[in-house]
Amino acid sequence: MAAAEQASSQKTATTWHGIVLQTLKRNEIKLVPYVPDRVLTTLIKDLHADPYFTTFPAAREEEAVGIVSGAWMAGMRGAVLMQTSGFATLANVLASLAVPYQIPLIMFVSERGTLGEFNYGQALVCRTMRPVLDSLAMEHHTITRLDELEFIADRSIKQAVTTQAPVALILSPLLTGGKTFDK
Amino acid sequence: MTNTPARNTKVMNRFDLTQRLVAGLKDEAVIGGIGNTNFDLWAAGHRPENFYMLGSMGLAFPIALGVALAQPKRRVFALEGDGSLLMQLGCLSTIATLAPKNLTMVVMDNGIYQITGSQPTPAAGHTDLVAVAIASGLANSSWAADEDDFERLIAQSKQAAGPTLIGVRIDDKPGTGTTRRDPVQIRERFMHGMGVRQPL
Repeated sequence: MAAAEQASSQKTATTWHGIVLQTLKRNEIKLVPYVPDRVLTTLIKDLHADPYFTTFPAAREEEAVGIVSGAWMAGMRGAVLMQTSGFATLANVLASLAVPYQIPLIMFVSERGTLGEFNYGQALVCRTMRPVLDSLAMEHHTITRLDELEFIADRSIKQAVTTQAPVALILSPLLTGGKTFDK
Repeated sequence: MTNTPARNTKVMNRFDLTQRLVAGLKDEAVIGGIGNTNFDLWAAGHRPENFYMLGSMGLAFPIALGVALAQPKRRVFALEGDGSLLMQLGCLSTIATLAPKNLTMVVMDNGIYQITGSQPTPAAGHTDLVAVAIASGLANSSWAADEDDFERLIAQSKQAAGPTLIGVRIDDKPGTGTTRRDPVQIRERFMHGMGVRQPL
């Protein structure tokens, strides 16, 4: 193995974004629309660089939910990447499409609004996320540890597909480092 | 195409146009937007390749984009109301970026929220949705002048090198039927229609 390849594979195995990318691939999730977030930058760049994935920005998070829902019904798996404030725009589409139609919508939400948030609006909108998920009895996990990431993400994706139910995987600043004021 | 003002196009009927579309279908997917758009699709004759939305206003085109990306060999039609499209204009840019050539979008434009009491939309009378589509990067967008032109544009879209958007001016008539509101059955049958699953 070439040194560069080895370094790249080590990076994949030891970074949260590398583990997410590999877990998506292992679960045959090819379609990854997103509304970007600073924390997701490297993951988005690596998804674009990997020809396995069809990844692109959507104008709104609910649009991305519509896209992966249509794709899943036609035989292609997808996942949506977004930020906390983006999740806050989704209550209607979750309650009228993903949940009642039993669509295994897989969402990765980069968590802002906690553990050092500097924008009050972000802190407030973050508090709406789990109550919305709980009000629809949706499965969700907050991932804080690198050593638990693969287990939680891989098992949750498989559970979503087999039980035909949506899942939100919340990427805590404890996992990603989050966004800090000086960035 | 863009030089044709909306007001010079014939005011047609949603159910009539939907019947004309469905009459020519074989295995094509059709995504019906919420309300009257999918009520008329339902009334035009249920088929497993149809997907009926019971909410998520504005997502007919994004859902159709997902189907088109997953099955590039299948033609996908999306039927959407003008009020619904106004909720999700950004999707036109996304579709222009991905440019699936197997996607044909129809905008049923009567300038009103017919189903909620016929209130005018904020676009009524002055926003040209086909011009919006063209400006979003969907070059192959045009108003249908009349029923024959609609059928011609539908046929033409099947040979197009990119996605097609067809604007139709329609009257203020309500939907003809009412979709059976059973989301799980709708989704399951659609997946059978798409060849993704077999019935139990």
